[in-house]
Amino acid sequence: MLAPLSWLKDFAPFPDDIALLRSTLDDLGLVVEGVEIVGEGLNDVIVAKVSTISAIEGADRIRHVVVDDGSGSVEIVCGAMNFVEGDLVPLAPVGAILPGNFTIASRKMKGVTSNGMLCSGKELGLGDDHDGLMILTDVPGAEPGSSLVKLLEIAPDVIFDVTVEGNRPDAWSISGLARDLAARLGLAFTPVTPVPPAASGPSTSELASGEVINEELCSRLGVGVLSNVVVGPSPQLIAQRLTKAGMRPINNVVDASNYVMLELGQPTHPYDLDKIEGKGLRVRTATTGESLVTLDGVTRELGVAGRSLGDTGQDLVICDANDTVVGIAGIMGGESSEISGETSSVLLEAARFDPITITRTSRRFALRSEAAARFQKGTDPGILERAIDRFAEILGHSSPGLVVAPSKIMIPATPVESVSLDVPLSRVNGLLGTQFQDADIAGLLEPLGFTVDVKDSDVLVVSVPTNRPDIRATHHGIADVIEEIARTYGYSRLPRRVLAWPQPGARNPRQSFRSQLRDVFIGNGSSEAWTSSLVGEGELEKLGLSESEITVSNPLTIDESRLRRSLIPGLVRSIGFNADRRQEDISLFEIGATFLHPDGEQAGRVARAGSLGSHDVHLPYEQECAVLLSAREDDDARSAVGIFHMVASALRLQDVRIRTAPSGTPELAGLHPTRSAVLRDQSTNEIVGALGEVDPSLVGELAPGAKEQRIAALVLFLDVLGDPHRCLRHDEIARTPSRFPSADLDFAFVVSDEIPSDAIEDALRLGAGDLLEDVHLFDVYRGTGVTEGARSLAYRVRLSSSTATLSDDDIGSARTSMISAAQSAGAILR
Amino acid sequence: MSEMASEKELSAYVETTRKEIEALESLEELDEISAKLKSKRSPLGAARASLGAIEDEKKRKETGRLVGEAMASVMGVFDARRMVLEKSARRQALEDDRLDLTEVVLRSLKAPIQRGHAHLVSQTQDALEDVFVAMGFEVAEGPEVETDWYNFEALNIPPGHPARDMYDTMYLDLGEPETVLLRTHTSPTQIHLLESAVAQGTLPIHAVMPGRCYRLDTPDARHLPVFHQIEGLVVDHGITFGDLAGVIETFTSAYFGPDIHSRLRPAYFPFTEPSAEFEITCTICHGEGCRTCSQTGWIELGGCGMVDPAVFEAVGVDPDEWSGFAFGFGIDRCAQMRHGIADMRALIENDLRFTRQF
Repeated sequence: MLAPLSWLKDFAPFPDDIALLRSTLDDLGLVVEGVEIVGEGLNDVIVAKVSTISAIEGADRIRHVVVDDGSGSVEIVCGAMNFVEGDLVPLAPVGAILPGNFTIASRKMKGVTSNGMLCSGKELGLGDDHDGLMILTDVPGAEPGSSLVKLLEIAPDVIFDVTVEGNRPDAWSISGLARDLAARLGLAFTPVTPVPPAASGPSTSELASGEVINEELCSRLGVGVLSNVVVGPSPQLIAQRLTKAGMRPINNVVDASNYVMLELGQPTHPYDLDKIEGKGLRVRTATTGESLVTLDGVTRELGVAGRSLGDTGQDLVICDANDTVVGIAGIMGGESSEISGETSSVLLEAARFDPITITRTSRRFALRSEAAARFQKGTDPGILERAIDRFAEILGHSSPGLVVAPSKIMIPATPVESVSLDVPLSRVNGLLGTQFQDADIAGLLEPLGFTVDVKDSDVLVVSVPTNRPDIRATHHGIADVIEEIARTYGYSRLPRRVLAWPQPGARNPRQSFRSQLRDVFIGNGSSEAWTSSLVGEGELEKLGLSESEITVSNPLTIDESRLRRSLIPGLVRSIGFNADRRQEDISLFEIGATFLHPDGEQAGRVARAGSLGSHDVHLPYEQECAVLLSAREDDDARSAVGIFHMVASALRLQDVRIRTAPSGTPELAGLHPTRSAVLRDQSTNEIVGALGEVDPSLVGELAPGAKEQRIAALVLFLDVLGDPHRCLRHDEIARTPSRFPSADLDFAFVVSDEIPSDAIEDALRLGAGDLLEDVHLFDVYRGTGVTEGARSLAYRVRLSSSTATLSDDDIGSARTSMISAAQSAGAILR
Repeated sequence: MSEMASEKELSAYVETTRKEIEALESLEELDEISAKLKSKRSPLGAARASLGAIEDEKKRKETGRLVGEAMASVMGVFDARRMVLEKSARRQALEDDRLDLTEVVLRSLKAPIQRGHAHLVSQTQDALEDVFVAMGFEVAEGPEVETDWYNFEALNIPPGHPARDMYDTMYLDLGEPETVLLRTHTSPTQIHLLESAVAQGTLPIHAVMPGRCYRLDTPDARHLPVFHQIEGLVVDHGITFGDLAGVIETFTSAYFGPDIHSRLRPAYFPFTEPSAEFEITCTICHGEGCRTCSQTGWIELGGCGMVDPAVFEAVGVDPDEWSGFAFGFGIDRCAQMRHGIADMRALIENDLRFTRQF
């Protein structure tokens, strides 16, 4: 909101210390986004009359203008096109210094010398209108040579651009801001007390009628009638204030309505009474099928349900006495009853509408007027009469002879009751950490219009002014009152305390586990990537999965319209991005959620949803994955096996094995069909992940720059891997290494391709019993001497005893038992 | 060639060729025959070339049509065979590529000589968590897909509330329209924590909740549609606004440095009352005033406040017995401030030249 200091000063004697005002507003939560000083440096600008306008050869954007500055002719080159010969316009002569330290000098353009500048409102800091020159022709008293400052009664002013929070509609007006500011600065605040022209003639209800059908949506309606209206321009002061506050003056009737809205925060709507059938207003909800052409010329279909939750299409409308819709309540009026130059009687509507209804209608029609914005935040139901009176007063200045009808129609006729809350002082001090007494609270709240009475030793009765819809009428309102106390006192003055509690801080096991994994990956030369969880269409198809996609209802772009099902595509793209930039040793990993449709086999959570959380909905399973892709020079599926062994050793995995799985296994999605395998915990039979290489066709599609490269892939499912019941770990009991010499034994076995190498490893481990220190595969051979469909596997076993040096007999018997165990597992000793 | 021109002969030729093509077993042979079929000397090529010699126009047209049809049907057979052979070649290539991952000899693998780098956002998150853990906070997490109840209504933002519009929410096509969404802030995790603490009788809560959030936002230098927040929640006996200010101050100086301080100013969030925006000493000019802080010496970091009684009521916590505060701010924004990142988009590009600096 733009708040001119000169206007604020109508309500309290504010100092001119801009820095103080700014920091005070900030501290009140009325954040000043900017400060602009206007109306300065215009002393040299005079009024000039346009004598002739002629074209300049070879130029179609500038013209040669001769003006009369009161003492003679001046030649100007001007780019504006919105004026004609005979118009009066502002002239900044050579030597004038305009706002922003802009000195006017004589310039030559296209061979014509320009001895000054004709100015727009924007150039003079007097408005936002950039379409052309400021036209002064209709301003009374304007003549060539007169001073612009004197003519327009311009005084330097300061405009604060203030952001008012959604819960402070009371401060969303000049008088509201002034009230808050005056209270903090300890200045007396003078509220608006309108002095409308004396009422005369027939009473309002003889001239017009008002009726509210849906009282729950329009809690109050005020109707005033003004006749003998002369529509014309507003007085300078009104027009200038509107301009400074960012609104364009239209005519005295519309301007008076806008002025009242800016000053008091209450929107009003003026109708041409003669264009209202039956001369009456009815406020009701629209029925489906009704429509209205609004002031902007657009036809609005009313009563049509919207997309947003709970939007049943309820539109509140204003009808004439014949029940024909003439306006959308609180948002925009209709064309048919618009104020025009012929208007002689005005019906003024002032009402309090339900914020949620206005919000929904405004959102559905994408109509965001200043009035609607105020109604959405909640207006003061107690201000309607004052708003109507103030409108009459303002309009009276420019419409002499205005006749105000006595006895405005007020529905309901009873005054608004203010809300009273019992506020325990102990609660206030308990929540703020303060030592306030009754008088302190009264001193803070009463300047804002609250009244504070003492009920008993602890409880204060706080009566809430009607302009504070943010303060809830229920017991929750106590918190709102406490906020007002804190805010007016000043947050920065509240005592700070350093809190401590007995419970220790900690990361949870999953978080520690994740950082262990991250350490392994980083230690292996891989860098962490974060890719978007939102992906494009067809990602599941690329992965060869036939599940349902989870789609975004309102995506910004089609490339961000689905939730990711796998981390692989995003990482492949990132590898491609780096490959395209000729990066070497590309290895990336990501730890993050992937999303599985609730229709699938993996059950997600069920949570309450909808209005009041009234029904349950099945949500996607959020599968946390860690995926590492490595595209270094010699990388292939074997690198993934190596990295997995590092993970297994870091996490002390007890029984996770690499197992081939049929292609089409969902865990293998995105991986090379013949160079991939799953990771399975053999004790629990849970799949903890998969490894191998990225499917080359996926690389070709997503990262053409890396398609010559094999990309090693390791995929881990953290819900399984991180759960010691689903994926077993070695215990934490220390084992003392043997102090005695160890002995190594090598074995070579012919083993059918059907039998995984680690099955033989397990058998050897079993056969060696307590003596085993280590066993590992050191050679694989296929070819001459080995049967087709089998290979030779060579293992090295290291034996030692914790009690003695091993004897030949010990070694011999261990050897025998290892061979026999291996043979029972299907191996044939070579 | 005149004998080729009869319909019967043409169909016989098509049939023989079809058999010939379907007997081919390799793509090389297929390519060879394709060249032959398309050549002018092939029977069909010759038949086409000799069409001009047919004087009767009707007959010429008819013969032309027959030759064209024969050609098309031969090419159809040819393309079908190519697809079969290509598919099997692909299958064969994959088969030749087969690697048994159960028999990898680990000692034959090359070990990397380079260390990788954690993502800047996760480094920032870690550092923030370290500060909070040292202050006695637990680190909790919540889901990214939420319902409107957790993301809005339990946080005192009922349907139709103007504040719902401020969140630029991405909704999912699940359940009733606008009930399932991508969380717009980490605050729904507060509701999960409170619910489970109430169910298990484990209040108090002292927790921070980092996580990924989503808003319908076009990416630019300061905004990403997918971003990261950290949220704090303390619910205990006798918690005051002064405790909130104290926690914010301790955190600010611990994370940003001893000469960086915090201040609170009134703001509005439906789920806290009183609510505040918290600002910290400008990290660029250290409070002197510069362009970044619009000469104020302060920059906005996040929002906070005392938990609104309506939130307590939604989860069944008695506000007469318990009070608490919550705060939240952007992790990515902390990283941006601390490392002077001009454009946030650098955080999602995963350019190794960027990552390897940290």
